[in-house]
Amino acid sequence: MLSKRTLIGAIGIGALMGFVSPVMAQETYIPLISKGFQHQFWQAVKAGAEQAAKDYNVRITFEGPDSETMVDKQIDMLSAALAKNPKALGFAALDSQAAIPLLRKAQAAKIPVIAFDSGVDSDIPVTTASTNNLAAAALAADKMAELIGGEGDIALVVHDQTSRTGIDRRDGFVNRVKEKYPKINIVSIQYGSGDHLKSTEITKSILQANPRLKGIFGANEGSAIGVVNGAKELNRKIVIVGYDSGKQQKQAIQDGLMAGAITQNPVGIGYKTVEAAVKALKGDKLDKVIDTGFFYYDKSNITDPKIAAVLYD
Amino acid sequence: MTTIVDKESRSVISSAVLSQGTWQKILAFASLIALMVVFSVASENFLQPDNLIGILQATAVNGVLAVAATFVIITGGIDLSVGTLMTFCAVIAGVFLTYWGMPMPVGILAAIVAGALCGSVSGTLIAKMKIPPFIATLGMMMLLKGLALVISGTRPIYFNDTPNFPMISQDSLIGAVLPFLPIPNGVLILFIVAIVSSLVLTRTAFGRYTFALGSNEEAVRLSGVNTDFWKIMVYTVSGGICGIAGLIIASRLNSAQPALGQGYELDAIAAVVIGGTSLSGGRGTILGTIIGALIISVLTNGLRILSVAQEWQTVVTGIIIILAVYADILRRRT
Repeated sequence: MLSKRTLIGAIGIGALMGFVSPVMAQETYIPLISKGFQHQFWQAVKAGAEQAAKDYNVRITFEGPDSETMVDKQIDMLSAALAKNPKALGFAALDSQAAIPLLRKAQAAKIPVIAFDSGVDSDIPVTTASTNNLAAAALAADKMAELIGGEGDIALVVHDQTSRTGIDRRDGFVNRVKEKYPKINIVSIQYGSGDHLKSTEITKSILQANPRLKGIFGANEGSAIGVVNGAKELNRKIVIVGYDSGKQQKQAIQDGLMAGAITQNPVGIGYKTVEAAVKALKGDKLDKVIDTGFFYYDKSNITDPKIAAVLYD
Repeated sequence: MTTIVDKESRSVISSAVLSQGTWQKILAFASLIALMVVFSVASENFLQPDNLIGILQATAVNGVLAVAATFVIITGGIDLSVGTLMTFCAVIAGVFLTYWGMPMPVGILAAIVAGALCGSVSGTLIAKMKIPPFIATLGMMMLLKGLALVISGTRPIYFNDTPNFPMISQDSLIGAVLPFLPIPNGVLILFIVAIVSSLVLTRTAFGRYTFALGSNEEAVRLSGVNTDFWKIMVYTVSGGICGIAGLIIASRLNSAQPALGQGYELDAIAAVVIGGTSLSGGRGTILGTIIGALIISVLTNGLRILSVAQEWQTVVTGIIIILAVYADILRRRT
């Protein structure tokens, strides 16, 4: 029995050691702590960061919690990243206040912090590389208004009501409608955690409750796909405007199920974050905000090289 | 004659239980040490004081939740609501301190009392209404998640008006006395909760009934014990401990995050199981649970320090949980 136990232990430790990457000395190491990981959007940010790491000859790691509500898990990741003696740090805060004590520590150790995506609400980061979500959602509202002829009932399916992007995209859209389109009536704003299935169910209930509904805005990839699925299952023709990209969303636009969507530039966010970190280490002056840009894309321009470059599967 | 045999067999049983418990602790502790050795050899950054304190701090919340879950699991029950109950209690602290401007001790008391009350509701659903623990606490998990969002208005509640609030988790009382040991208060609270819980479980009638409920509830009931009452008490105590976890996490983040909490029950249950507490009840120790929680934190932190790709971190964590429980089963078979 003892030998069996020892064997299991040995296999376990062996397996563990197998994953250990060789530690190289004297390299520039820049960890990026993101808000998420599994989502295609974050994988695209990661791809951009890896590209920049290659171009500038630095080493990066990219980590984020399983869900955007796990504020404390993200703090633990930040703490572990700082223990690795990084040269600079990329950080997308889930909750800025919670991260302040650790960011102060980074500042004291002269580690420049580059905020990305939703940024960090503090003066510690030397710059922030992000999408202007308010402006991008307002553009979505303009497109929606144009497509439904400037009047009628519409609804929103948003990923959540606590995160910065959730709040900004909702408010950016709603405020633009209120300011510019008095004849458009927002009948419902629902939250589906960015979960495809939940967002589908939400969409179906909105459609059933509002037979005259003309359009729905889905505020992130999961929400937008849910809206498409819900409309498809109930066989209802409505104008759907989405946000972000991904294989299913691109397909929905190609098939005409979705009118169009806002895309951020996730590859650019990742790339510019690492680039800014390298520049900060060299002592270059950086602007306080690096706008990574956004685009509206639909069937007509989805294959345009400029657009195709920022879309991801 | 029969009494002698009885006494003898009883002492045999008790010594077997004792040695089993001791083995349990040694095995779990050895796994923890082995993990730490592996990580220390693999990276010089692992054994740094800052990192070790980071690991302890990352254990505080899960450790306290796991202690809460240990009580319930020893009775043969399960509590899926520990994570969202923690969040709910944090929000209650936020309501008392930030919305109503009450003094800090009132907010602390409110969070713990709220936790105990919710625990007693779970206990009543299970003991009196005979709803299976899995279902009753699943219901409570969702109910509390929703209530936390409703009460907070779906926004984080910050504790900026209570400047001493971050002290609960972030400052270091130990460090004030022993400057070379700046262990944060959140960790100190974990240790205190663990020691008190351990004493309660091993030295009090409440503790004995907790184990008895998990071993043979029917026999306990037939011997005239009010099992319903003790069961409700177990869930109440567990709920109160979740309230303490709520205070630690709120203090660490300086905010009550209403959307957080779901998924934390699984980490807590994993810690309990790795620590050798049986999911079928009647057997378990707080020390084991604490070691289980430490194993999870050390593993998570160590893999991060080694820059293991995140998808592989999850794979390795899963394997270790299975190995830890399997090693426990092997040991019990011998």
